[in-house]
Amino acid sequence: MDLHLTETEQRFRNEFRGWLAANVPGEWAGNPNAEDRSDYIRYLRDWQRKLFAGGWAGISWPKEFGGRGASLMEQAIFQEELARANAPQLIGTIGLSLVGPTIIAMGTEAQKARYLAPILSGEEIWCQGFSEPNAGSDLASLGTRAVREADEFIINGQKIWTSFAQLADLCLLLVRTDSEAPKHKGITCLLVDMRSEGVSVRPLRQMSGDSGFNEVFFSNVRVPIAQVLGQVNQGWTTAITALMNERANLGSGAQIIFKRNLDALIARAHDIERDGQAASEDPIVRQRLAQAYLELEILRLNTNRALTSLTKTGIPGPEGSIQKLYWSEWNQRTQQLAQEILGPYGQLAEFDKGLWQYSYLRARGNTIEAGTSEIQRNIIAERVLGLPKSY
Amino acid sequence: MDFDLSKPQKLLKDSARELLARQCKPRRVREIMETETADDGNLWQEMADQGWTGLTVPEEYGGLGLGLVEMAVVSEEMGRACVPGPFLSTLFSASLIERAGSDRQKEAYLSAIAAGEKKATVAQLEENASWDLDAIKLQAERDNGFLRLSGRKLFVPDAAVADHIICVAQSGECLTILPVERGTEGLNLKLMPAMDATRKIYEVSFNDVAIAGADVFGADGDVRGALSHALQVATVATCAEMVGGMQWILDTTVEYAKTRQQFGRPIGSFQAIQHQCADMLLMTESARSAAYYAAWSVNEGAPEANTAVSIAKAYCSDAFREVGNRGIQIHGGIGFTWEHDLHLYYKRSKASEVIFGDATFHRERIARNVVDKVTSRS
Repeated sequence: MDLHLTETEQRFRNEFRGWLAANVPGEWAGNPNAEDRSDYIRYLRDWQRKLFAGGWAGISWPKEFGGRGASLMEQAIFQEELARANAPQLIGTIGLSLVGPTIIAMGTEAQKARYLAPILSGEEIWCQGFSEPNAGSDLASLGTRAVREADEFIINGQKIWTSFAQLADLCLLLVRTDSEAPKHKGITCLLVDMRSEGVSVRPLRQMSGDSGFNEVFFSNVRVPIAQVLGQVNQGWTTAITALMNERANLGSGAQIIFKRNLDALIARAHDIERDGQAASEDPIVRQRLAQAYLELEILRLNTNRALTSLTKTGIPGPEGSIQKLYWSEWNQRTQQLAQEILGPYGQLAEFDKGLWQYSYLRARGNTIEAGTSEIQRNIIAERVLGLPKSY
Repeated sequence: MDFDLSKPQKLLKDSARELLARQCKPRRVREIMETETADDGNLWQEMADQGWTGLTVPEEYGGLGLGLVEMAVVSEEMGRACVPGPFLSTLFSASLIERAGSDRQKEAYLSAIAAGEKKATVAQLEENASWDLDAIKLQAERDNGFLRLSGRKLFVPDAAVADHIICVAQSGECLTILPVERGTEGLNLKLMPAMDATRKIYEVSFNDVAIAGADVFGADGDVRGALSHALQVATVATCAEMVGGMQWILDTTVEYAKTRQQFGRPIGSFQAIQHQCADMLLMTESARSAAYYAAWSVNEGAPEANTAVSIAKAYCSDAFREVGNRGIQIHGGIGFTWEHDLHLYYKRSKASEVIFGDATFHRERIARNVVDKVTSRS
């Protein structure tokens, strides 16, 4: 056990820290959760372009595909440094952390040549067409159909909860290509141009007021068979590869926002008065802020243990499977704490640019998206603890 | 970064587990806890033969001179086996002596401790039951080259089997560390019957006990620093033990859920049970991350060591109890019986929760180290 960074890791950190100091843009001046987000989105795209130009986009990707071949530990350092520098979020995150690695693992040479570079530069934004109205936790029961006609698939159906679809140029889409086969064996994964005829996107307004998710409709959309990622009818394998990346990455990406959020909350607790003193002097508030802090620290430690295990064995350790469950529930507890500390201010749309109101509501989605907490617990029980299947 | 046990550390863990599986089965734990002092000479000798009594004692004093991660490894396995007796007390004492003693004192005390010949405990808590160093009020009066103690210490673990009771007191405005030998005139012990019978705790009273000034531990003038460090070491060992205890409860409960049948199927196939087990795993693994991080930080003298120890103790204190709650619930009626071993761990979890400061105590420390360091916006 040695929790010091190795010399290489240290060098990596110093280099990135130096780069960030010179390049992180000032905080977004407007309300990032306003109804018209186009300026904000431009700001985020510019940020990714800057990262790309500096050679800091897709750092985990192999060098031959424009990445840095960074180790898993360097990826964790990357996330920690972004957090430390208060850097904006990565708008191309689905492409960078989910689609790109899956194309690298399973794509044809032509697919790699066509799609990888624009993911890094942020030129092309991806979304992930997995969930359907009737295929949520039971994803493999999805029903969007693709029928082969000559060199094309013709797609009909609907996806839902599709993040970034309203901005996306491309979609990693799961479709049913064999309805006779057992449900896991008749799925194919396609790379679909969102501007194809017959694709329509309808933003879903969330309870937080913004539209991160969308419904995506496919009506006789024609997709060339060259767009299959992996093998026909073996899309479930592709999906699992992608989902593993999603669960691992969402956690480390989220930590950036959590750390910043908690610091902002502590700063507010120093300002807000309670019973004639700063809220941060109130013993109960102190207890709960300390609990939030220590749990966030343990999230970071669990991540580092999982990364070590993954680096050494290629298999995520038990800590890995608890990450999604852990961070999503942490955020809900902590946002509730924020509301309690801020009192009536917490509900305001304009106090701290609506950060607390938004974060509180948005956190409700955390235990649902990317596998509900119930599904995560099923997975832990069955795959880690070896308990008998429940369904 | 490598956040995993090294090969030698894994070997140490395996050998500790094997030895304790043979020498410290639950039945033996029960036999030992039924005795007056919960200290068993044979088990102590077994541990001494392994070198565990001198685990962190420097080699020059006959110890193994291992680091705190190795200490955590052995402690985890001890916690898993719910090892009874004065191991933790002696380890805490050895750590304090190592920091606070002169070369001569270290030679005298540590060699015998490492050899398994002597046992020791630290008497710190008083009526206020606070682990804050400022809560130590017992006065040692200076008198002609002696320090005289009158008063009492409470919740002192294993005092009846300790050859040395290391008493922490005030002398004037300063903390002082006074070794009181077993059988000293004016020293009286009274058992404080408590939940965890595997480690007895005592009221220790001093009726004008005199300690020669030359025997007092000087700590090069930094008694507070020495005591803080020893407390960190002992707290880390406790956290590691707690992780071991959680792992035992988790393993035992999962095994039970796989085999216990109701409604014609194993209860572990019901999600209501599965989800509790998943939460138990989350708590156990998180506790493990925190405990080993603390062990490593203190060992390295890292600037965040103090916070890391408090993170570990705060988390483990709540998690061990909660893992116990869930474990008993999943076992149902059998888990509530004296016959089942769960209660040994459940009682240990309560004793471990309060020793060296509970979660509330350590969260306040974290608040001082973290919350008070963030600047306000205005």
